[in-house]
Amino acid sequence: MEIYGLGIVALCMFLGSFLGNALGKLLGISGNVGGVGMAMLFLVLLTNYYEGKGKAFSERTQKGILLLSSLYIPIIVAMAARQNVVAAFEGGVVAFAAGGVATVGSMFLVPLIAKLGSDEENKEEKNN
Amino acid sequence: MITEIITGLFTKYALVGAIGIVALIMIISYGLAGTIGQRRMGSAIAIVIALTLAYFAGKYTGKTHGMADIPIFAGMGLLGGSMLRDYAIISTAFGVKIDNLKKAGLPGTVSLLLGVTFSFVVGSIIAVLLGYNNPVDIATIGGGAVTFIVGPVTGSALGASSEVIALSIAAGVVKSVLTMIITPIIAPIIKLNNPTTAMVYGGLIGTTSGVAGGLAATNEKLIPYGAMTATFYTGLGSLLCPSIGFIIVRAIFG
Repeated sequence: MEIYGLGIVALCMFLGSFLGNALGKLLGISGNVGGVGMAMLFLVLLTNYYEGKGKAFSERTQKGILLLSSLYIPIIVAMAARQNVVAAFEGGVVAFAAGGVATVGSMFLVPLIAKLGSDEENKEEKNN
Repeated sequence: MITEIITGLFTKYALVGAIGIVALIMIISYGLAGTIGQRRMGSAIAIVIALTLAYFAGKYTGKTHGMADIPIFAGMGLLGGSMLRDYAIISTAFGVKIDNLKKAGLPGTVSLLLGVTFSFVVGSIIAVLLGYNNPVDIATIGGGAVTFIVGPVTGSALGASSEVIALSIAAGVVKSVLTMIITPIIAPIIKLNNPTTAMVYGGLIGTTSGVAGGLAATNEKLIPYGAMTATFYTGLGSLLCPSIGFIIVRAIFG
């Protein structure tokens, strides 16, 4: 049933957030450190484990999870609508600079890393 | 009397009202994106519209929570709050196959780790250069340079102010929009014309909407390869930035 899908994500969220909060406490930060990432990891491991055993989630269970993931962009839009944009706009240079430099810099790293890939492929071809 | 009833409805059914408003923003954004022949920019346009609305709402109310401070739009606070946001983000990991992770192989893995690290470091350095000296603020803006999700996830995990979180979202949106625009221009220079390069590109840039939009404008056949690595990027960023990333930032600037 659809609710099972929603429940599975909820379970992963609570497990991940529990660990994230525990990690936060250990580090002396009040907060959820990496909990969302760990929850995503749990969901990946859980679904792959069941699929590996040939017991993939039923179509209706999957629908529950897919409903949530289809709401992701709309939720982000709502999130953007409740931010303190006035304050951000006043210090906006940092947003343009950080976003811009990170993008352009990353683009120019592409050929460097891609070379790593082709070297690897060449090696494999030689070995074959 | 009519306005009274409408106001009453929006206050009473706050969350449903917010869903309706977001649906309206989305339909307008995708319509706009469609007319300029870039349907994949729809989500970026919607975010820009939402940020614009939040700006005017903030000017109007003089408060810090954008549209959510206007009583009839209070549902935006719930729909866009961290509870539903994290819940929805986690669900996007569904469908990720461990086999695909392995297929992306060495260049994919290296590009993901390097991509997240590079953007986080660049964003953090720029935050420091422009006068931010609180480790929480630096890490949040660094996270925003990763993607517009990683910024707020990092910021709310570390307790950053809404102002800094808004900045981090804006940095991520700049990245997403810029990626869509410059990818087709820069593609020949960086030899973005084969699956391996596309996977590396997805892993380095990582903003899923930007990567998909940019590749769509470059060569549609490359989209799944770029998107495959890009889908891991936000998750990896959400894992690394508020944890190891923040610890390093705090060690340097704390």
